[in-house]
Amino acid sequence: MEFWLFLAQLATVALLLAICHRPLGDYLAITFTSRRDLRVERGIYRIIGVDSKSEQSWQVYLRSVLAFSIVGVLIVYLLQRLQAWLPYSLGLPAVPQGLSFNTAISFVTNTNWQSYSPEATVGYTVQMAALTVQNFVSAAVGLAVAIALVRGFAAHRSGTIGNFWVDLMRGTLRVLLPLSVIFTLVLIAGGVIENLNAVHAVHTIAGATQNIPGGPVASQEAIKLIGNNGGGFFNANSAHPFENPTAWTNLVEVFLMLLVPFSLPRAFGRIVGDRRQGYAILAAMAVIFVVSLSLMTWAESAGGGAATQAAGGAMEGKEQRFGILGTTLFGTTSTLTSTGAVNAAHDSLTPLGGMMAMLNMMTGEVAPGGIGAGLYGILVMAVVAVFLAGLMVGRTPEYLRKHIGAREVKLASLYFLTTPTLILAGTALSFGVPGVVQSVEKTTIFNPGQHGFSEILYAFTSAGNNNGSAFGGISANTPWMNAALGCVMFLARFVPIVFVIALAGSLAAQEKSPVTTGTLPTHRPMFVGLLVGTILIITALTYFPVLALGPLAEGLH
Amino acid sequence: MSPTFRGTARQYWVAVRAMVVLTVVLGIAYPLAMTGIGQLTMPVRASGSLIQEHGTTVGSSLIGQSFTDAKGVPLAQWFQSRPSAAGDGYDANASSASNLGPNNPALTKAIDARKAQIEKLDGADASSIPPDAVTASGSGLDPHISPEYALLQVPAVAEARGLAASKVETLVKSMIQGRDLGYLGEPTVNVLRLNLALSELDPGGDSGRK
Amino acid sequence: MTAASSPATASKGGKTPKRGGAPKGAFNARQLWTSLPDALRKLSPRVLWHNPVMFIVEVGAALTTVLAIAQPFLGHQVSGGTSTSVAFTWWIAIWLWFTVLFATLAEAVAEGRGKAQAASLRTTRTTTSADRVVDYADDDPGALHAATTRIASADLTLGDVVVITAGDLIPGDGDIIWGVASVDESAITGESAPVVRESGGDRSAVTGGTRVLSDRIVVRITSKPGETFVDRMIRLVEGAARQKTPNEIALNILLAGLTIIFVVVILALGPVAGYADAAPTVPVLVALLVCLIPTTIGALLSAIGIAGMDRLVQRNVLAMSGRAVEAAGDVNTLLLDKTGTITYGNRQASEFLPLPGVGDDALVNAAALASLSDPTPEGSSVVALAKTLGHSPSSSVASESVPFTAQTRMSGIDLSDGTQIRKGAASAVSAWAGSEGAIDSAVASELDRIVQRISQSGGTPLAVATREPNGGARILGVIHLKDVVKTGLAERFADLRRMGIRTVMVTGDNPLTAKAIADEAGVDDVLAEATPEDKLALIRREQEGGKLVAMTGDGTNDAPALAQADVGVAMNTGTSAAKEAGNMVDLDSDPTKLIDIVAIGKQLLITRGALTTFSIANDVAKYFAIIPAMFVGVFPGLQALNIMQLHSPSSAILSAVIFNAIIIVILIPLALRGVRYRPSSASQLLGRNLLLYGLGGIIAPFIGIKLIDLLVALIPGF
Repeated sequence: MEFWLFLAQLATVALLLAICHRPLGDYLAITFTSRRDLRVERGIYRIIGVDSKSEQSWQVYLRSVLAFSIVGVLIVYLLQRLQAWLPYSLGLPAVPQGLSFNTAISFVTNTNWQSYSPEATVGYTVQMAALTVQNFVSAAVGLAVAIALVRGFAAHRSGTIGNFWVDLMRGTLRVLLPLSVIFTLVLIAGGVIENLNAVHAVHTIAGATQNIPGGPVASQEAIKLIGNNGGGFFNANSAHPFENPTAWTNLVEVFLMLLVPFSLPRAFGRIVGDRRQGYAILAAMAVIFVVSLSLMTWAESAGGGAATQAAGGAMEGKEQRFGILGTTLFGTTSTLTSTGAVNAAHDSLTPLGGMMAMLNMMTGEVAPGGIGAGLYGILVMAVVAVFLAGLMVGRTPEYLRKHIGAREVKLASLYFLTTPTLILAGTALSFGVPGVVQSVEKTTIFNPGQHGFSEILYAFTSAGNNNGSAFGGISANTPWMNAALGCVMFLARFVPIVFVIALAGSLAAQEKSPVTTGTLPTHRPMFVGLLVGTILIITALTYFPVLALGPLAEGLH
Repeated sequence: MSPTFRGTARQYWVAVRAMVVLTVVLGIAYPLAMTGIGQLTMPVRASGSLIQEHGTTVGSSLIGQSFTDAKGVPLAQWFQSRPSAAGDGYDANASSASNLGPNNPALTKAIDARKAQIEKLDGADASSIPPDAVTASGSGLDPHISPEYALLQVPAVAEARGLAASKVETLVKSMIQGRDLGYLGEPTVNVLRLNLALSELDPGGDSGRK
Repeated sequence: MTAASSPATASKGGKTPKRGGAPKGAFNARQLWTSLPDALRKLSPRVLWHNPVMFIVEVGAALTTVLAIAQPFLGHQVSGGTSTSVAFTWWIAIWLWFTVLFATLAEAVAEGRGKAQAASLRTTRTTTSADRVVDYADDDPGALHAATTRIASADLTLGDVVVITAGDLIPGDGDIIWGVASVDESAITGESAPVVRESGGDRSAVTGGTRVLSDRIVVRITSKPGETFVDRMIRLVEGAARQKTPNEIALNILLAGLTIIFVVVILALGPVAGYADAAPTVPVLVALLVCLIPTTIGALLSAIGIAGMDRLVQRNVLAMSGRAVEAAGDVNTLLLDKTGTITYGNRQASEFLPLPGVGDDALVNAAALASLSDPTPEGSSVVALAKTLGHSPSSSVASESVPFTAQTRMSGIDLSDGTQIRKGAASAVSAWAGSEGAIDSAVASELDRIVQRISQSGGTPLAVATREPNGGARILGVIHLKDVVKTGLAERFADLRRMGIRTVMVTGDNPLTAKAIADEAGVDDVLAEATPEDKLALIRREQEGGKLVAMTGDGTNDAPALAQADVGVAMNTGTSAAKEAGNMVDLDSDPTKLIDIVAIGKQLLITRGALTTFSIANDVAKYFAIIPAMFVGVFPGLQALNIMQLHSPSSAILSAVIFNAIIIVILIPLALRGVRYRPSSASQLLGRNLLLYGLGGIIAPFIGIKLIDLLVALIPGF
């Protein structure tokens, strides 16, 4: 019975994506390759002073990405610090420095890690003008970088990889905004609130009072999921009934998280002129997704852990309306994309279920990964896989008719080095630096034993992959955690982006080499297997020791 | 100034202007427009699916409530919601899970205590208590309990209100909501709605044992 | 030409002039033993520094040794809840040293194979003396009257002119500017038959160290001292001039990346495990690090490269750079000269076609007679064919042969009875016959038809005519000369096609002829009536489309194309200009070898890729051995991960380290021999190699570590 429900639910998601990825993928490809600007875009380009017809070299493209993101950090920081003077702030004071720093980076990097409880920290103006805006534009930045890389593969001896400002505006105005408008209405229809009411008290029939919150939730919820952001309007995130009221809105939210990431391979295939290449990437994503979902569902259904056994089932931290299946589907989706939204308390997942959430992020979030970031992440892994496999067919490795030489391998290696280094360094420093370790062990960690260690590992894994979900028991609003996680989020987002854009430039400058039967085919099932294998082995080798000390030490008996 | 520096400075000036434009469009126009449309077309849902009873708002059908006294002792005349970690319990302005780990002794202890309490309150056998009855939800605001837990509470509630158990059981069964579309999520009983229906059935029993 | 520009590090002046047979064939255990001294020398950190992976192992080995010495003074050592003995630390230290040693041994063995060849080549460099012409003047090209001075060959410089007479060693590389001589080049080619070298044309190059057997020649020296062909060859076979190839550099970067990740993993493990009081000791961490970083491929990478060059040398091909060998694996288009590569290079008579009214016998007889004194291969093939048809004309009849000249474009014989027989190009023969009397128009058109048909089929028509003493001339018929395509080529071209390589035949023939031969040989395309400029243009065109082109050449006019091609194989018989321009030299001057060169290039890359995959795949099993062992003392639940059921934590860790070391030795033969390569499509190759080295790489260490553990368990204390 459970198995059939699991399959039916998975099949529904698959069917929805199968229907939607084609038109959306094609639309994305057209959007980012069209020469025409909309009238409103022309107006905006005039205001911001951009010539939409001028193409940028990779260096200029990169500088634009960084400039835009740094300005974003400053604005989000300032708005939080000025909260006391802003309208609709619900009487909340300015957000403290450390927390503002952490939150600003968190939202600009598409991580949306929340060291704070939103209800008690941010008013509606910061929610809308700072956080909702970043929900859009941080996603659009990811999309732009991915498209730039795809252009690199598609180009032939080109010195340019597109124009960041055009990609940013098109991604925002032509893709994210229309989708958000549609799905805001769908979510409102499901019961997600959308108002500007302040918190108001009601008198319950049991004779008590209850505070009912308000807020422009649905409009943020839609882009939170479509843009793989994941920062909740409320502390409980998508477990909160006002964010995710029913089992079917839960499915819609899962669908929204997967929609753009699973459509991008199609767009990629179209732009490089070989749709089969896109489908190979899509297949690799899907395989990892299904396997991971099955494992987490198995772990949660099996119900490991002494407390879980005592309760008779893994329902701690889960909502009755979603049940285990609705939770693992959401949790897997959220951690395999860079969303990080949760509809349950991941801290209370079974040891192995919680490990799957971590492992999902540790794969580098490529199945299907965050908006844009998933595609460029898996393409970099494809470059690594192609390099090894390419040697094994006796030729200088090629991917999509581009040579994978020393420069490409260097950039790809630096890419896959960055995130694990940040995660492991952050975790190790948390337990290794005198002064820090006391704060971490006494204040930050919530649960005792190795689960407490897992909380820290999860936090840095989440920050290092710009996911944003957490083993929520930890108190991350400490100087060390705010600073360390802030730095990890920033570096883990932009250092890889530097390498990706440099890679795009390096590929774009190359000529296309001819395809022969001696060329490694990268659209066949064998390559899909190789790509999946490469991702899993690199992930496993990097994280096995720390996982052994965390969830495995906790979960194996 | 070097050309690179000028180029970089120019990028930042573009970035600031782009940020301002996008903030106006996405941070102000978009949420306000959506709020307007939502309030016009689906005012009840956009406002939180609030439930009116005799002219006053008694809660939201989406947000769970406590049916306990001020000290947190369950009121036997009401069906009980799940344990909650939101504030002091079902504080909708402080949504939260317990975040207790699956091997946390504190959680095991709490679960054992809840089981004991339910055994005492409902006279149920420990092995028949469903997991949702002894675990806190992710939001702390779960409006639902499982049909099993609702049915388990029937004898005690009926007794507290002096109603025939079969009558209460019929009521509970009528309030069971199946899976969405038949296969999504779990079957649920909305505790607030159940208690409102109970109150309608037996208005006199709301204030306690007669 | 990277080899030429790199500093000469090989020691000068050979000592033991004996021509040792180059070590061909398989690797044997003796080589390990004889290479040991070299391997030990390579342990020096200053040498090992260039191999970051092995350098890290050496640092780890040294650290562990120090800790093993210090351990008795440090007190009880507990690693991850399990106490470790002094013996354990010593065992780890010893096997870490073995790991490094096996790596340097692999390289030493690979280099050792080249050393023997280098030694025999050195004998040719024995300093000789040379007769240098003082003030060489153009009006005395043979330097018959010029004065000469006797100097040491080592003192010769670029542009010097020397006189060499029979019996002398040629003192340096150069071009013959006067004279002709037979030269014994066995010292470098291993081929004992002497070759003819003469001034002008494409066979003017001579190589220092070879011996003039007859005649007297004047040579202009074209190489600087210490940079002669033989010098370069010695450096190549010794591996001293080896530079990392592009793919090797890329692979090194990837390996460095993986190494860095694992260093980070290990560094993080201490503090992280400390949280649970499960911190491993340094030797255990070093053991894990060494097992995880790609030591297998790190140890064998340079041996693979050296062995790849060595395989070329064994086939008598000298690659001037490793880059060229790698490029050979990437080649998309092969330009093959028709003559000598696709065909045997000489046209042979395949049939006799008499004109109407002429008997078969008359034609065959006349043709055979006309060819009797024709020394060219075509001539003898006519005689041979006639013989098979039962005609053996004797030259006993007094006769006078008429040799071929460019003016007449005919050759033939004048018999003593006054009968003249001529054979040659149809137009020339027609003119000859026609000049003595009118030709029947019907005969003329029939002749035309036959000539056309033969030409179209790719053959060469050779008309035969006689003139009786009484003056009546008539055309008898036509000999069909055919280019004979080498046997077995069609299959090789099919192999190439499967590998994704396009073959283009280059010929000076007319398009019709060319097309016919191309079809017979099974090449993909043809460049007919090709001039050297056409060839160059074709290469440029192919390269425009991103293709890599390989070609062979020997003439000076091939030089630009050889230089432009990604892989240019010059024939050793060719001019020094051609040898300079190409990036490989084939000592056997066998153009067909281009195909072998491509296979060797591919095999080199495949071996690297396969062993890298194997190395990384190995890590999975090592993790399952070491990780549970590391922490099981604190977290007994991790015993569930000990799926190999290894004896104890100490034995598990040591077994993984031992496996990690031994696998290097086990794979040395594979690294030297290269992974088996059969021409097939990329898909098939990948499937096979993934199964063998990917899946095999995951499974093999599980078995290996378990077996080693069974032995280690016997050691007291484990």
